[in-house]
Amino acid sequence: MHSVVCIKQVPDSAQIRVHPVTNTIMRQGVPAIINPYDLFALEEALRLKDKHGGRVTVITMGPPQAEAALRKALSYGADEIILVTDKAFAGADTLATSFALASAIRKIHESHPVTLVFTGKQTIDGDTAQVGPGIAKRMELQLLTYVSRINELDETSGTITVERRAEGGVQLLKTALPCLVTMLEGTNEMRRGSLPDQLRAARHELTRWDRVAAGIEDVTKIGLKGSPTVVNKVFTPSPRAEKAEMVTVDSGRAADLAVELIARLGQRFPVVEAELARRAG
Amino acid sequence: MSEKFDVIVVGAGASGNAAAYTLAKSGLKVLQLERGETSGAKNVQGAILYADALERIIPDFREEAPLERHIIEQRMWVMDERSYVGSHFRSDDFNKPPYNRYTIIRAKFDKWFSDKVKEAGALVICETTVKTLLRDDAGKVIGVEVDRIDGKIYADLVILADGVNSTLARKAGFRPELDPKHVALAVKEIHFLPKDVIESRFNIQDEEGVVIEMMGKITHGMMGTGFLYTNSDSISVGVGCLLSDFMTQKITPYQLLEQLKAHPSVAPMLEGGEMKEYAAHLIPEGGYHAIPQIYGDGWMIVGDSGMFVNAVHREGSNLAMTTGRIAAETAIELGRAGKAMSAANLALYRKRLDDSFVIKDLKKYKDLPELLDNNKQFLTTYPELLNRSAYAMLKVDGEDKRSKQKDIYRGFRAERSLFGLLGDAYKLWRAFR
Repeated sequence: MHSVVCIKQVPDSAQIRVHPVTNTIMRQGVPAIINPYDLFALEEALRLKDKHGGRVTVITMGPPQAEAALRKALSYGADEIILVTDKAFAGADTLATSFALASAIRKIHESHPVTLVFTGKQTIDGDTAQVGPGIAKRMELQLLTYVSRINELDETSGTITVERRAEGGVQLLKTALPCLVTMLEGTNEMRRGSLPDQLRAARHELTRWDRVAAGIEDVTKIGLKGSPTVVNKVFTPSPRAEKAEMVTVDSGRAADLAVELIARLGQRFPVVEAELARRAG
Repeated sequence: MSEKFDVIVVGAGASGNAAAYTLAKSGLKVLQLERGETSGAKNVQGAILYADALERIIPDFREEAPLERHIIEQRMWVMDERSYVGSHFRSDDFNKPPYNRYTIIRAKFDKWFSDKVKEAGALVICETTVKTLLRDDAGKVIGVEVDRIDGKIYADLVILADGVNSTLARKAGFRPELDPKHVALAVKEIHFLPKDVIESRFNIQDEEGVVIEMMGKITHGMMGTGFLYTNSDSISVGVGCLLSDFMTQKITPYQLLEQLKAHPSVAPMLEGGEMKEYAAHLIPEGGYHAIPQIYGDGWMIVGDSGMFVNAVHREGSNLAMTTGRIAAETAIELGRAGKAMSAANLALYRKRLDDSFVIKDLKKYKDLPELLDNNKQFLTTYPELLNRSAYAMLKVDGEDKRSKQKDIYRGFRAERSLFGLLGDAYKLWRAFR
């Protein structure tokens, strides 16, 4: 039983601000965190390890400072962390990122065969939900997205049974291992790591993989070169011109309030008034 | 059996970092535990950094520490509602490197300091609160227990650098409950302004900085002061008063700060700024008499936890760093001599503090907090009389100066008897002597 969990270090979007003059995102001083959706994936992997034993490896592709996110993952109880980092990866979109991660996971698989690959549902900075499926496709793994629960993992038959949130219901799915699971949010709660795990995380010798160590030969598939996505323009949507207004009546009676509300709506939206008049005949 | 360290330092503020750094640098096996999300997450200060205390720990800190501005001008304002009488001291001597005092932003500074602690070889664990001290049968402190699974961890010595509240020292019975008369509650805001606006507004250039200390009616007779410091591209403004005074006056700290910011002499300096940070913290201001027992079998107390703040000169972080350093040096020395971390041996720490500026300065002003607390005229009547007098003397309105002087004198006499005036002068002289 060996789970590989892919995580991403992201700016804490709750603390991001838009510059009042230039309209650009101000990242300065914004703390970096593990993408919150990835924590559900990591906790699920740790729970499988609690139950079945084995190993949890956490991997991220990112700049050197992503080390902090990996150490944090280790302090929760992961066994190994790998930072895939190389200048050649700079500017990667989801296509190039999933290519690099798939290659690195294959490399991990060589020394420690992988049973399951986990990712979060999506990230809070890119919000594409494309990297998980991208890795599955490249590694030819069965893909289980939006998983809300892992019901059973049977190592002897090599199968997994999960619940998957779908539009209008829940699907109960069973598939052969290895496979890739993207976890839905709110499905579990990240544990508080033990003190020995904190000490281990602070001391751990970080494994850094560059392009070559991650087993990537084709440089046209990674970084900016391997990224067909083009960002044309970044802008903040202009605030809506029409404002909400508070409607009150002196009498405080609901009937008067309704009449007043309809009158005000009519003033503001003549189309609505005309339509009402037409229907009333 | 859990792991054992040479020293566990509880807390990653100025004193804890100073202690952990000094200990780790000497080659000892050090564990530092911090309850905040990061080192410094819980720390709040004005903030002014006094170079000397840090220089004795990290001599070349100027080359890498995030510093805002070095202070070349200090203003002291005695205020009433509409005006102030002030003294400004500005000297080009403060422009000669190495600079002596800097404004800093603690969030940035603490991150740097904590990185230095890690570089020196200490193990730093955050988001971890120490619940209790572990003791052997004889009562000697032998480690700590934290709020995590398998949370017991052992050490020859535990240094408590857990700040003004120091729940740990209180729980262990090393320190009494906090007396509201012994702590000030300070609130502050950081307002961001373009660098050139700050420089033209305060008549400074490059990395020069100005600090303003304010007292008088702005605190409504409460024992406390206001402050305004220039950072690189922001201004820190705040006010702090004794907690006991807030309790009796029923004024909220933010109201007090709003009033200070709206003062006609303060508002123009903040004009156009964008407030981005709001913080509040307790400051131990009990002075010399409030210092608890600071060492025992297997433990020492440093920094705010030991009440090491000189409120008169608004010095705190330097006392924190100095007590942290001296505690660490004492432990290093005892360790090298093969001596136990017993109360008898750690008494050396207190002795060294007694011989240092830390205790000497606190002793000098030992009676001042009580004097001002019992004589509110220093905070209300005098500032107002002073401002009224200045206004009267400077206003040209056809009245002769001698008559004005007489009026002013009558004003003072109306508020205080002649004996009262002389007595106040004597009291102040004694307290500052």
